[in-house]
Parts: sequence; structure tokens; C-alpha cells
Amino acid sequence: MIQLQSFTRISDYEWEIPRTFRQDMRVPVRVFASRRLLENALGDKSIEQAVNAATLPGLVGRVVVMPDVHQGYGFPIGGVAATRYPEGVISPGGIGYDINCGVRLLATTLEVGEAEPYFKDLIRALDEYCPSGVGAEGGMRLSEAELDQACREGARWAQKRGMASEQDLRRTEEGGCLDGADPTKVSKRAKERGRSQLGTLGAGNHFLEVGIVEQVFDAHAAGAMGLLEGCLTLSIHCGSRGFGHQICTDYVQELQGAVNRYGIRLPDRELVCAPLDSPEGQAYLAAMRAAANYAFLNRQLLAHQARLAFEAVLAGKVANWHLHQVYDIAHNIGKIETHEIDGQRVKVCVHRKGATRAFGPGAPGLPEEYARVGQPVLVPGSMGTASWVLVGTEESMMRSFGSSCHGAGRVLSRNAAKRSVRGEQLQRELEADGILLRAGSMAGLAEEAPSAYKDVDEVVETVCGAGIARKVARLRPLLVVKG
Amino acid sequence: MRSSRTGDRGYLEIAHTADWALHVWAPDLKALLITAAEGMYTLLGVVTDPSQPVQQHLALEAIDAESLLVAFLNELVFQLEERWAFWQFDLEVKGTQLEGELTGARVIGQSKEIKAVTYHDLAIQKGERGLEVTVVFDV
Repeated sequence: MIQLQSFTRISDYEWEIPRTFRQDMRVPVRVFASRRLLENALGDKSIEQAVNAATLPGLVGRVVVMPDVHQGYGFPIGGVAATRYPEGVISPGGIGYDINCGVRLLATTLEVGEAEPYFKDLIRALDEYCPSGVGAEGGMRLSEAELDQACREGARWAQKRGMASEQDLRRTEEGGCLDGADPTKVSKRAKERGRSQLGTLGAGNHFLEVGIVEQVFDAHAAGAMGLLEGCLTLSIHCGSRGFGHQICTDYVQELQGAVNRYGIRLPDRELVCAPLDSPEGQAYLAAMRAAANYAFLNRQLLAHQARLAFEAVLAGKVANWHLHQVYDIAHNIGKIETHEIDGQRVKVCVHRKGATRAFGPGAPGLPEEYARVGQPVLVPGSMGTASWVLVGTEESMMRSFGSSCHGAGRVLSRNAAKRSVRGEQLQRELEADGILLRAGSMAGLAEEAPSAYKDVDEVVETVCGAGIARKVARLRPLLVVKG
Repeated sequence: MRSSRTGDRGYLEIAHTADWALHVWAPDLKALLITAAEGMYTLLGVVTDPSQPVQQHLALEAIDAESLLVAFLNELVFQLEERWAFWQFDLEVKGTQLEGELTGARVIGQSKEIKAVTYHDLAIQKGERGLEVTVVFDV
């Protein structure tokens, strides 16, 4: 039983469970949380899941837990774990079924007052141009050869077809394409699922959100991102759809046998894994990268479709409706990166599950315009609450494998959320607060009620208080399309 | 919380912060698989059109009973995405192999989506009610 007394307090925002807490732990667990958020996390199995994750072979440093943590399956959502490359393991469950689920933020120089008369048309158009909901299919059905190409190229596939700009790609994590993706390591079934779902949002907690830049905290960083107070933004939250779900499903199943072959003992079968340098580990890595590229492309296509929706509604009516890319980040992914651990530069596989990369100023791979300010970290709220734009810091590089939080984090189960509010009532309440909403299902909407989530402002205060991110701007929602 | 009890088998939804969990019990493995499938369809709010029937042959083999359960339910998740759901399962389960015919119909309504069936804390155990298991779904 894990209790508050099980932790050593490091600071107001950091707590640690030592490696000695449980015999099978290989590294400590470091939790970034205020005392209140930590007590909150002890209400479900999140911390126990983090302790389970701390048993994986080849771990280095510590397992890191973000303040938006909540119970998942295998790993907690909001967990970061790094394994030594290439002899450590890679765990599909440590990345999640929605491989490269992530967030893209676009911004405008369009002031809210100028666009407001067209809001109802705009939300209708976004809903029409960006298919969402259960079983949604997009406007394109790729052949298997086209899908393979798309998986190798990621967002570049869209650029070749006039649906992405050079800036879009430059301002996407890894340029929107992970090297080493190999579609031959992807099952026929995953490809069947992936062929018709590009350019779709999906269901659950995925969304499109038009917001307003309510407050800027760092004018220099906001300037580099083109975020202007009072102007509209667009956020896109989704991932690799059935394609990624099937790849993870296939490998979680396949690796059940691999753990026995490699003599790996695990406290939870969902943590199944294989050494990175094994044939099984290499195959999953290549397939996972294909799914990650699919997701980068999916968000790129949704951005293109959202731009068409903006154009259809606003062209000729407002001075400038153009949506420029701020950044696109993954929050369910495994990446090979080099980090400093105990004074040594070590190549590792960083598993981020419900955690965002948050590279600080000067880190490799950032576009020139963000090299001095740090990588944008996009933290969506929960429909009725704020979203945040942060940047990574030098501290995040040292203390959290260059990672930060990914959202507010659930606190109520889906049933408890539905018991607390009905979808129709929630829609009326949000509209009274000036937030227009379109949702695939009222029951699904109630499950995603703002009250089901932690206070995103408190989560952000925690990561900023701990020094692993810095505030740039706060966004307020205006229009929300939920799957 | 959704639940169902039919004779010696049934399922009960269990609270989970982000995802769904279903506790299932039945006298044997075959009945456990079928009951889990029925529970999953209920969670998903699946509605079918009986005027568009379908029958499919299914054969699965797994390394253990838990893996067979996960593979079976994931097969149904995939079929659901293809817009087919099944209500009659003429299955033969031998050890960790399964083979048989599924009878169902075209899906015309579904309120929720499951990404995958997970292995999280998955263990089929013998209890007072025969076999019992808790399955966690990623939603």
C-alpha cells in the first residue's frame, strides 16, 4: 500500500519513492506534484503503476511522474521512463495504444471580435471538414502502397500533395517524420484499419478547439510563436486512430512470449517488453515509428482541413484568417534520445505515455525560431477550462528527460462524470460561459465534463514551480468539436 | 454501472479513472469469453440491424487462457470497426485454442469506441462462481 509516508519530500513540487520501497524496483519513482495533487494521485492506482514501471530491465535515472497523472493500464498516464539503448527494453504498454496521440496548435492574427459574428458557421464548418466520432472515416482511402509511403514520410507526405507548408513541418516534433519507420513490420489488419481513417479526429477525449489567447506571460516566447493576445487559435488533439491501436495490440500480444524467451519477470503483463536490440524490440520500434508518422500526418491533414473550413467561412469577411503552425507534439511515444544521467551522456529510449517532450533552449532538433526560447509545450485543458502554452527548460533536460505534463489529467471515472452532469446540461452551461460545442454523443460529452479533470492551472503551476516548464500563454476555449 | 447476470454467468462494470473495467464470471472458459463479449458490446452501446445478418468463421490460438480472451475480444473490436457485431457464438474451446462460427448483423449504432483490450492485471482465476476475470479496456 503506497501512502504519503512512502515518499521522501524533495521540494514543494517533487516527491520520491526510493528504490528500496519494493524489492523488484530498479530505479526510484520521482513524482512532480503539489501535496494536494499527490494526495489526489494516491486515490487510484497511478503511483502503484509507476512503481510497477520502475521494475523494467535497463531503466536509467528514475521513473518520472507528472502532476496530471492518472491510472492507466500497465504504465500510468503521465509517466516517463528511460531505458538504456540498446540493451534496455522497449515496452509497447509504456507508449500506449494511441501511438503518437498528440496536440497541434495553430494561431492567427484574427481578433476575436472580428470573427465572433461567424462562430456558428465556423463550428459547423469545422465539424463538417474534420470528420469525428465513433467509426469516422476520412475523405481518402489509400492503397496499401500509398499507406506504406505515408508511414515512411509522415507529415512530409502531405507537403508533397500541397497540404502542408515548410513551416508546418519545421514546427512539428521531429519534422513530422521519425526515421526508421518500417511498414513491413505492420500487420495487414493494422493497414486495413489505417487506410480509411487519415484526416479523422476519432472519439473519446479527442477534439478540435478554437480558443483565444487570453493572457501572455512571456512576450518574447509568445512573439516567436506568433501568439497575440485577443487573437484566435486552433488546437487539434488526436493520434494514430485504429492503425496505431492495432499495432500496439499486435505487439502487446506478440511480446507476451518474448518476455519468457528473454527471462523478463514483470508485475503486470501490460508492461510486456523486449530488449531494444532484439528482433522483437526492433520490429516493434519500426512499427511504432510507422504509427507515429501516421499520427503526424493525421494531424497535418486535420490542420489542412481546418484551414479549408476557416477559408470557407471567413474568406472575404475578415482581414486575415490564416492559421499558422505554432507547434505539434506527441504525448504517447518512444524516442531514442541522449540525456545526461549522473554526469554521463547516455543514449536512451524515452517512453512518454501521457507526457510531452519539453526540450529546453539549445536542445537539439528545435527549429531556429525556438532554439533560444525552448520547445513549445502544449497543455490542453478540458473543454470549459483554459489550455496552456509552455516552453521546456534546461531543468526539464536535467530532471525529467526533457519532459513535462500533457493535460489536466482525469480525476473522475467516466461513470462518476456521467452521474455528476448530463451532456445536454453541460452543453447549456458551457454555452452560458460563451463556449459553443458540437459533440458526437451527449453521453460521451458528459464523460469528458471539465469536472472529470484536475484543475489544469494547478497542474501548470506545479510543472512551472518545479522548473521543468515555463509559462508562455493561457488560452480560453470558444468553440469545441468533440468526437 | 452496467451489469448483467444470466444463470451462472454475468458481468459487472468496475470503476476506473480513465478507462473501463469489466468483472466477468462464468462456469468455464468458453462461457467466460462469450459473457465478456456480451459485456463489452453493452459498454459500447452497440445496435445491430437484424435484416443484414452475417456469419463468420473464427479460429484463434494463444499462449494461455488470458491471451485467448484478449485475442477474442480484440477480434470483436476489429469486427466492430468493420461494422459487424455478433450475438451468437458457436465455439469450441480446447485448451487455449478456439474455433467456431459467429452469427451477428450489421452495426447501425454505437455510442462509444474501444481502442483495445488490455492485459492490465489480467488473471483468470477460479472462484466460487467458476472462472472470474477483470478486463480493462483502453477507451
